[in-house]
Amino acid sequence: MRQTNEMKIEFDSRSCNESFARVAVAAFMTQLNPTLEEVADVKTALSEAVTNAIVHGYENQVKKIRVECEIEGQMLSVQVIDHGIGIEDIKKAMEPLFTTKPDSERSGMGFAFMEAFMDEVNVESEPGRGTRVSMTKRIGRIKES
Amino acid sequence: MDNYFKIEGTDLRICVPAELDHHHAEQIRRGTDRLIRSRNIRRIIFDFQKTGFMDSSGIGMLMGRYKDMYFMGGSVKAVHVNDRVRKILRLSGVSKILKIDEGSPTGSGDI
Repeated sequence: MRQTNEMKIEFDSRSCNESFARVAVAAFMTQLNPTLEEVADVKTALSEAVTNAIVHGYENQVKKIRVECEIEGQMLSVQVIDHGIGIEDIKKAMEPLFTTKPDSERSGMGFAFMEAFMDEVNVESEPGRGTRVSMTKRIGRIKES
Repeated sequence: MDNYFKIEGTDLRICVPAELDHHHAEQIRRGTDRLIRSRNIRRIIFDFQKTGFMDSSGIGMLMGRYKDMYFMGGSVKAVHVNDRVRKILRLSGVSKILKIDEGSPTGSGDI
């Protein structure tokens, strides 16, 4: 039977919490015996999703963001959930360099970075209701005893 | 916040913090805009000596400053870039546009 483990955190959509969210997920994934690079990759992808929730989902209002992580075997799943404005056209949003906020110096690379650093990225959204970004990554190797 | 900035003649050296994310990118953007308006700055040097983390918000901020300086006939460069930061700069394509000093972290390097 595969080992499973999960955690959920919920925090204010303040930019000062971006660092906290990264560290929380990094700490949780430590049990998978990741390489430093794998931790850095997951932290970067998570940072992109949380930033999107703050900047786009809530347009810098202070609401709640939830990060849910699950481990099954060596698979890490990370979900970032907001109840913000949602995404009209997910396919367009995920196009590299596309951004609805060029004046805010958004590079339009958030999703590209998530896809570069995680194995799979899936986005569900409903305009007016919110967005759920789900990402998975196979981590490390099972420790040989 | 103002600890990030050092004026050296017409150079503005930005000592990028350990994490260049959306939160810190906004602080740097605001501070840089204020200094560019009030001083004669010809070149921005992004010093990544302390930086171990950068995401695409950092890329957006770099590109924004690059555009501002380019408009004014100035220049931008990045120094003391470690492997992780270099990876992010390459992934975004910014390494093709931004001058990255290949010098070692110690010593004056550039010019």
